[in-house]
Amino acid sequence: MRYIEPHGHMVSRTTDDYQAMALAGCAAICEPAFWAGFDRKSADGFYDYFCQLTQIEPRRAARYGLPHYSWLCINPKESEDMALAADVLALIPEFLKAPTVLGIGEIGLNKNTRNEMKVLEQHIALAVQYDQMILVHTPHLEDKRKGTRLIMDCLKANGVVKPERVIIDHVEEHTIHEVLDQGFWAGITLYPESKSTPVRAVDMIESVSAQRVWLNSACDWGHSDPLSVPKAAQEMRRRGHSAAAIDRLVYGNPVKFLSQSPRFKDPAAQA
Amino acid sequence: MSTPQPHPGAPARTREQVADLHFMDARYKLLDLAAFLDRLDRAAGGDDHRVRGLRAALPLLLEKDEGRVARILNLWSDPSVEPIAKADTKAASGVWPGLK
Repeated sequence: MRYIEPHGHMVSRTTDDYQAMALAGCAAICEPAFWAGFDRKSADGFYDYFCQLTQIEPRRAARYGLPHYSWLCINPKESEDMALAADVLALIPEFLKAPTVLGIGEIGLNKNTRNEMKVLEQHIALAVQYDQMILVHTPHLEDKRKGTRLIMDCLKANGVVKPERVIIDHVEEHTIHEVLDQGFWAGITLYPESKSTPVRAVDMIESVSAQRVWLNSACDWGHSDPLSVPKAAQEMRRRGHSAAAIDRLVYGNPVKFLSQSPRFKDPAAQA
Repeated sequence: MSTPQPHPGAPARTREQVADLHFMDARYKLLDLAAFLDRLDRAAGGDDHRVRGLRAALPLLLEKDEGRVARILNLWSDPSVEPIAKADTKAASGVWPGLK
């Protein structure tokens, strides 16, 4: 089996995880910028982080034969500090020149505040200015439905963003239909407790047209599983889905979305 | 019992096949939930908004129509539509605190 991990926070993972993912059939990893578990005090911290995403992690992944790509932003959890956000946004264009950067992400909302909304709008404007794809983080738990709707309204209000170049991640049963109905891609994040389990994810896949859906582990420093995508594929096999249908979901769909960036290379075409 | 409505993307399967695959998983989760409610009973104090939300969701499990997960998630969701001025925490609790 082959698959793409389209959303993994590998800076938080060990090299053993890279090896396990490669052994499980992972063919490429994409890493959006996110919250480190604490608020960084200055833009210098983000400069170092962006260097890690664009230089260090691709080298770590390459040791296991894995192409590594990244997305850049200041995470919504740090967006309350508007001055810090402005400084970080000013750094991003320099890093967009790196050959493995695919776009702006994971941007979005956390607690659905006015400042988070302003920084989201600035990120969207940056993506439009530099013709970048967008990867969206939707809020957690009770804040998800409201935040998902605010984000989609914000994207549409921009007037230029093409929904097919945006993936709205962390959808669940109460948001996936709205996201797909509005033309966006939807990402289902597989977490042991929050977000979706592999079993629920397959239920969702069976209830929608899955042509614009991907699965990801979003593995990070919290309770998460870097092998959750192959585990979801195993669940599909148990239920009788064909090998072709599984391959389409865990490999074909992410390749289709990510290939909208000329920087992403289909690993199968490189073999 | 509702009429089976298989989704277009799902291979055809019987309820017995679904039970064969997932019954034990559902069984232990239901027992864990029962044990959690028992544990709450043995503890001091009243229910906070999270536990109230969980109790409010239990009747939805017995509804006949499909879509129980979405209905529970909607029950627990913040129903407001405007951005808030400022958050007093970065974290979400799992249930909207205003749920009655």
